[in-house]
Amino acid sequence: MEMRSDDNLTLTNLPFGRDARVTAVNGTGRVTRRLMEMGVIPGVAVQVVKTAPFGDPMEIRVRGYSLAMRKNEADAIEVSL
Amino acid sequence: MNDSGINTQVTIALAGNPNAGKTTLFNSLTGLKQKVANYPGVTVERKEGAWRLNDKAANLIDLPGLYSLDATSLDEHIARDVITGEQSGMPKPDAIVAVVDATNLERNLYLVMQLFEFGVPVVIALTMIDVFEKQKHEIDVEMLSTLLKTPVVAINAKSGRGKDELAAKVKEVLHTTPVVPYVFDESDDEAGPHGKIFSRYNFISGVVQESVWHSDQKQHRLSEKIDRVLTHKFFGLVILVAILLIVFQTIFSWASLPMDLLEKGFGSLADLVRAALPAGILTDLLTDGIIAGVGGVVVFLPQILLLFFFISLLEDSGYMSRAAFLLDKLMSRVGLHGKAFLPLISSFACAIPGIMATRTIESRRDRFATIMIAPFMSCSARLPVYTLMIAAFFAGQTVLGFISVGALLMLAMYALGIIVAIGVGFILKRTILKAPPPPFLMELPPYRLPNLRTVFQNMLTRAFLFLKRAGTVILAISIILWALMYFPRHSEPPVVAGGSTLSTEFVDGSVQPPAIAGGSDSEQLKHSFAGQLGHLIEPVIQPLGFDWKIGVALIASFAAREVLVSTLSIIYNVGKDENEESETLISAVRDAKTDDGKPAWTPLTALTLMVFFVLAMQCMSTIAVVRRETNSWSWPLFMVGYMTVLAYVGALITYQGGKALGFG
Repeated sequence: MEMRSDDNLTLTNLPFGRDARVTAVNGTGRVTRRLMEMGVIPGVAVQVVKTAPFGDPMEIRVRGYSLAMRKNEADAIEVSL
Repeated sequence: MNDSGINTQVTIALAGNPNAGKTTLFNSLTGLKQKVANYPGVTVERKEGAWRLNDKAANLIDLPGLYSLDATSLDEHIARDVITGEQSGMPKPDAIVAVVDATNLERNLYLVMQLFEFGVPVVIALTMIDVFEKQKHEIDVEMLSTLLKTPVVAINAKSGRGKDELAAKVKEVLHTTPVVPYVFDESDDEAGPHGKIFSRYNFISGVVQESVWHSDQKQHRLSEKIDRVLTHKFFGLVILVAILLIVFQTIFSWASLPMDLLEKGFGSLADLVRAALPAGILTDLLTDGIIAGVGGVVVFLPQILLLFFFISLLEDSGYMSRAAFLLDKLMSRVGLHGKAFLPLISSFACAIPGIMATRTIESRRDRFATIMIAPFMSCSARLPVYTLMIAAFFAGQTVLGFISVGALLMLAMYALGIIVAIGVGFILKRTILKAPPPPFLMELPPYRLPNLRTVFQNMLTRAFLFLKRAGTVILAISIILWALMYFPRHSEPPVVAGGSTLSTEFVDGSVQPPAIAGGSDSEQLKHSFAGQLGHLIEPVIQPLGFDWKIGVALIASFAAREVLVSTLSIIYNVGKDENEESETLISAVRDAKTDDGKPAWTPLTALTLMVFFVLAMQCMSTIAVVRRETNSWSWPLFMVGYMTVLAYVGALITYQGGKALGFG
């Protein structure tokens, strides 16, 4: 997969299985808050495992467990390799 | 034993993440001594049970599964109120048992951090530790306890390991002042809106680093291997369809025997009562009103038990969230959550367990939208109606020489229900149940062998709730319906010895319209309130091609759809042994005449009636369950209202359109 510059990298364009680190969780609403309460906060290690058959939602691995989210949510999570 | 006074009643709350093993622990601690109800005014389930704390009996409250206590969802709000003692009618808990999954320590401890902040003593019950150790990880329970300044007990609910120790630790912390293991930096709140979340997780990371040793990470990925097949882009969907087919095939084949037995049982019971009591109104009320009404509900029980057996199995094993994961994209096109899929599929068997199964959907609006469209799925009670209509008017006809018209029509009825459900769901989600696209944040828990005890307990709880709540409402409505068809009396009830001529047979557990001793059943029905109602609504249903007799059957079928068949038999004076395949009923329907001598039925009328049955809400059991699940009368009334309008309009279009095209 072609990689864009690092500051644009979010969970949606992170290749499957690559280890990455969350740099920012954008947004202020309830979903953002819930994401962070589930452990997705800047500094944490993440991996994208796969996407569902129709391309959405996707499964990520964070803090030793699997979390499914839609691309909509994943797009707000910036990562760096 | 002098400490059993009211003052010494201890209240303990059980809190934990979903999938942390909380239910299993609750069942293991309380056994069968459980009470399930709803919190007042909401549909959040309130589960309580008695837990023997050595010599003290404690009241254990099972809080809903939670990820956090910030009161962003209804569950969290209730849990918070219970812990702070603000939930009316519930004392503030004396201690909290926090269930923590050892295999998912960091996120599970997040909730515990919040629990510490309420000033109630906490004891941590560490579950799944056997799984964790099997994965060759190590956890230093004592270190964990020291760092958290809180008792930690390793638990195995299955083997009973740690149960006594948990009780002892809880007794120890009662009436102590809890110590919060970490200090909140005042600047946390200033570090943006999420400052507290950061500091909680920072503290947790430190604790976990010092008390847990992970072995090679790759070792514990059995779940991932299973997932590679079960959520595969192609095979995942094939397997999902196969699983659903097996489940429904099993429900239909396994449930039919006990359902038959229940039907026969209630039939014999009614016969028995008739034989034992003198003939009269009281006997008729008992047999045709009460026994038939209650029997009509109980007969659904095998289906409900089986469906919930499979749902619990799928949920407990971790597969259910994979199914939602696979199908979320499809469901979100309609505006629904991936989790709405199973309740909707279940509704093809019966909308009642389908609606009860919507409890897995967290968002209230998504859940209600799913409940509102579930009855459009053609349930098994519609089958006798479809079968009768097809047998009477479309039997033996084919298209292109080999496709049976009957099969096509049957398929068309199922398709119509699905299409209308999608349309209504689409509209509801953009109007009264409008909400931003539901956030889809769902944990995919590791696959686990289901705990059979949890599965059975869940099954029994559902069955009990169904019988208790739906039963009372249904009982009332069946008595009303019975009275409508029984009064006013057309002929003096002659004294008949025995009750051999009386119909006590149900069709699929329906409420049997009353049979009248002596005299003609159809004469009685004609002059009853129900018959008068039939005449009354005739002008309204005439544009649909229905006469007053069909009107009576329609009114009766608002109790339950399949009642149409038995009511038609009574109206057309068919012999007592009728069922939907009966030749005599079929020919009676074919030959039936309206009051002015024209044929009452044409193939177009039959088709119109089928369309009406696809769209109308004719099932008081469903209404009762919707009332219970939405905790209001406005939703079930709205449901009956809009579905009746849709059914009428759909039938009108079918009949008038058909006539305009030269049919009928």
